[in-house]
Amino acid sequence: MSLPFLVFFVCAFIAVLGALTLIIAKEPIHSALALVLVMISLAVLYLMLGAEFIAAVQVIVYAGAIMVLFVFVIMLLNAGSEERTDWSKMAKYAGMPLGLFLLPWLGHWMYYSAIGANVANGSLATSSSVSTRDMSNMLFNQYVFPFEATSVLILIAILGALVLAKRDDQ
Amino acid sequence: MDFITQHAILVVSLVKIALLLFIVLTALAYLTWFERKLIAHIQSRWGPVEVGAHGLLQPLADGLKFLFKEDLTPPGADKFLYILAPFLALALGLTTIALIPFGPPDVQVLGQSVFVVANVSIGLMFVFAITSIGVYGVALAGWSSNSKYPLMGGLRSSAQMISYEVALTLSVVGVVLLANTLNFNTMIEGQRGYYLHFIPRWNIIPQIIGFLCYFTSAVAETNRVPFDLPEAETELVAGFHTEYSSFKFAMFFMAEYANMITVSSLATILFLGGWLSPFPDGWTFMKYLPAVGLALLAIYLIYDTFVLARGIAKIQLIVITIGALAIALGCFHPLVLNVIQGPFWFCTKIGAIMFFYVWMRATLPRFRYDQLMAFGWKFLLPVSLANLVITALIKVWPLLVGRG
Repeated sequence: MSLPFLVFFVCAFIAVLGALTLIIAKEPIHSALALVLVMISLAVLYLMLGAEFIAAVQVIVYAGAIMVLFVFVIMLLNAGSEERTDWSKMAKYAGMPLGLFLLPWLGHWMYYSAIGANVANGSLATSSSVSTRDMSNMLFNQYVFPFEATSVLILIAILGALVLAKRDDQ
Repeated sequence: MDFITQHAILVVSLVKIALLLFIVLTALAYLTWFERKLIAHIQSRWGPVEVGAHGLLQPLADGLKFLFKEDLTPPGADKFLYILAPFLALALGLTTIALIPFGPPDVQVLGQSVFVVANVSIGLMFVFAITSIGVYGVALAGWSSNSKYPLMGGLRSSAQMISYEVALTLSVVGVVLLANTLNFNTMIEGQRGYYLHFIPRWNIIPQIIGFLCYFTSAVAETNRVPFDLPEAETELVAGFHTEYSSFKFAMFFMAEYANMITVSSLATILFLGGWLSPFPDGWTFMKYLPAVGLALLAIYLIYDTFVLARGIAKIQLIVITIGALAIALGCFHPLVLNVIQGPFWFCTKIGAIMFFYVWMRATLPRFRYDQLMAFGWKFLLPVSLANLVITALIKVWPLLVGRG
């Protein structure tokens, strides 16, 4: 078994483990930290695929900024441990069967797709990593409109948060 | 032997990691000595003098003391996170140092560069990625202690670190624009050359505003005076590490110093020309500076040994003097002389920044919390943004004019 292959399986295992802990853990802060674990192992997977920049951004933005904010809020509210409730009707009658159907379907699709073939060949880690310069060129030339549209969307979200926070002052 | 040549990257990297850890951990221990001694002298005191000559064995004594103290866990603490927090803080603090190039990449063993563990093509992004997770160490320590003061300290310091990380990152982008790269070695190479044949062409000159913003936010990121609010003892006892004792406390302490080394190295790489010498290439006699400096130190030590020192310190000083003399003589060898140029200048620059850190601690009072937040968001952030916009404008100016 080649080293990249091994790293892939270790990271995939940690990611799935983190995702399960996220759902099962009773303390909200444990769930949040499990999500951080998932994001970091995903970043390592991106790195294995040769996307260095995306991997770094994944860690900086998701693990380093968004999840820190989550943890911060959980600490600030001092949220207690969760209470278990019975399954909702939606989850019981629609969610479970759909999940049971989607999982094998996804597995089937992955197995026969190009990515799946690469995993099977052990040639998951491409040696030619995409340079940051190429990526920025693509982002600011070919995809400049979606990029700018997303930034405007985020700006609107920030303004919305400001308006909500300022409301009492008037 | 066959294994070594086949897996050169693996073997050389492991050796480099082990050596680097040894050097950095020793440096961390002696930074505490340096800090105590320097603050003491600024405040007209002696500082540590009892343990060893000039208190040089004090870090060792402190380390032993930490090891043998009782390790307490407060009742009701989240055990797993309580133990995880100091490990996380120290591990992340030490990991970033693996990305720092301490010398030029052309000094090689088995085809691997000696002075850097991992020469990553987007080194700067990786350092930011690792430091951005560093907040968890502090936040989790505060939360898991199940105690009021640590919780307040943890909250304060995570708020502070998130706020100043924005200004820190933005102040560096100007340099990235000038350097056209995120790789540390290429960045340093780009700063080679001289204005007027003797002023080094370092980024600090065009990016002086960026440097000041970077340094201010870096001090805040590492929770040092005047931004050491997470540890404000008059309000919060000791902040997030109030409940920690024994070696877990020492780990937080070491993490703080490791972070200081990291941000100082980044400042050196980005703004102060990394391992480049500040003197023009023509001044070849400047190559002897590290060796001559060591020799001068050895001469002072001889004077110290025979005139000033008393008792057992005399014997210790003799050993140190012989060591310094031997290294100084070794440094005059032309091969060694060439190899140590890079690390010598890099470490000198880090040392200068460290001196500044300690100097500030001995001089400045602490910010109030609202002042701290206002300063970060209302002053540092706009200034570093303006610096970025101006740098970008100057950079694209030829293009704009060219299109007319």
